[in-house]
Amino acid sequence: MNELTVSVSPHIRSARTTRSIMLDVILALMPALVASVFIFGARTLLLTAVSAAACVLCEYLWEKGHKMPITIGDLSAVVTGILLAYNVPVSMPVWQLIVGDAAAILVAKMLFGGIGCNFMNPALVGRIVLMFSFTSEMTAYVFPKTSIDALSSATPLTVLDKLDMSALPQLLYGVHGGVIGETCMIALLLGGVYLVARKVISPAIPLSYLGATLLFTWLFGGAQPILAIFSGGVMLGAIFMATDYVTSPFTTKGKLIFGLGCGFITAVIRVFGNYNEGVTFAILLMNLVVPYINDLTMTKPLGGVTEK
Amino acid sequence: MKKKMAILKNGLFTENPVLILVLGCCSVLAISVTVKGALGMGLALTFVLVCSNVVISALRKLIPDQIRIPCYIVVIATFVTIVQMVLEAYIPELYKALGIFLALIVVNCIILGRAEMFANKNTVGDSFFDGLGMGLGYTMVIVGISVFRELVGNGTLLGYRIIPEGYQIRIITQTPGGFFCFACAMAILIAALDKKGKKFNPQIGCDGCCGNCNLGCTSRTPVTDKTSKEAEK
Repeated sequence: MNELTVSVSPHIRSARTTRSIMLDVILALMPALVASVFIFGARTLLLTAVSAAACVLCEYLWEKGHKMPITIGDLSAVVTGILLAYNVPVSMPVWQLIVGDAAAILVAKMLFGGIGCNFMNPALVGRIVLMFSFTSEMTAYVFPKTSIDALSSATPLTVLDKLDMSALPQLLYGVHGGVIGETCMIALLLGGVYLVARKVISPAIPLSYLGATLLFTWLFGGAQPILAIFSGGVMLGAIFMATDYVTSPFTTKGKLIFGLGCGFITAVIRVFGNYNEGVTFAILLMNLVVPYINDLTMTKPLGGVTEK
Repeated sequence: MKKKMAILKNGLFTENPVLILVLGCCSVLAISVTVKGALGMGLALTFVLVCSNVVISALRKLIPDQIRIPCYIVVIATFVTIVQMVLEAYIPELYKALGIFLALIVVNCIILGRAEMFANKNTVGDSFFDGLGMGLGYTMVIVGISVFRELVGNGTLLGYRIIPEGYQIRIITQTPGGFFCFACAMAILIAALDKKGKKFNPQIGCDGCCGNCNLGCTSRTPVTDKTSKEAEK
């Protein structure tokens, strides 16, 4: 009887750490990077590397300056950097991208207490700052020379009403204008399937997000609802940004509500708004209500007494 | 004289109207885009604040308590109208740049707040220095924020180009940037007021009557038995 171990919870531990999860996310992001090199050229590699390095450096300097434990080893800053780089056009000046990285890490993440404490997705905050600061550079979409039809003259979202279903293969390959990481749907889906298979993310958010975008775009009378979910940043956002652990709900029910809300706002902005794309605002707005979603969808203990 | 300097310093730092009392923020956020506008706004507000403080303090025994707020407004509006007319006549450019915010000085919380909290309880001399300190405190903050916002967001200072075109971070001149700079300025002032080993504890202009107060301030003193018994009586 001496072999009983008495300890406090948690009693079940897994080998999974923040670092291994982030490594999985980085791996899942790689197909999109490879695709973007073929579509936009090698400069995408430079932007991605600089962005990731800048994020890590910002986090390191902040923690060093405040004599906090150094957390750059968990690779979350690398993920933020890669995601932000995926959100800029290939022609983006490097120094502007670094401004965005600093805003993402210092303002959105470290000021609120570092990893696990940010109330918004840092990469998306960085994108918003870049969007408002350098609007012309951020919307200077470069168009790959390989493409010859309608998609070569504008991003698919701006000409969605002129397209038909025959444009679907080209959207899947991603050979059209846009920011570097969002165009190739096949690569993004590949990464998404990998993350779901590795159980890094639950499919609840991506599926409910894409489904809601499809549904509401159709309900609001937007052009080509099916093409709509394969164009713009919604796929990148649904798979990689909306699923961020810190800023998405805990429970499956909560995740479904979160995805539904994101899809609804995306469709509203796309169909009725002045902006072509509403993914960033949709995810950030839903980030803000995550604490309430968590409160309202809390799992009740089996047989637990309900409060009166 | 020592007391006068203390009142002045109070308005500038320890009870800074914008960053510690958090009054009059609307005009700070809106006008702090350019240094020129900020300077004009700060000086206009300081002038109105000093004059209204002096007049209200001088009349404090004449003004009936029940209708004191309308009386304050009449006094303040008089000086605002003077400023408005002078600016429109002599510096129409600034008048145009300040727009509605000039007229809105009438209902600026700082001026009404100082009238209510200070001028109607203190002598004319003290009220003059309180108005001066508070006004300069406001001017200091709005000009400080505007220097940063104009330089980083627009690349210029008082209209002269410092940073070449193309290297501006525009979000700083926009609303989110304004809120961000405001928060940073507040953090800097409070950090500067922190003494070694002792955190700065802002007294938000109250008389320490914590008994029935609903504000969740950090300087709250627990209600003692004596005061609660007095309250029961």
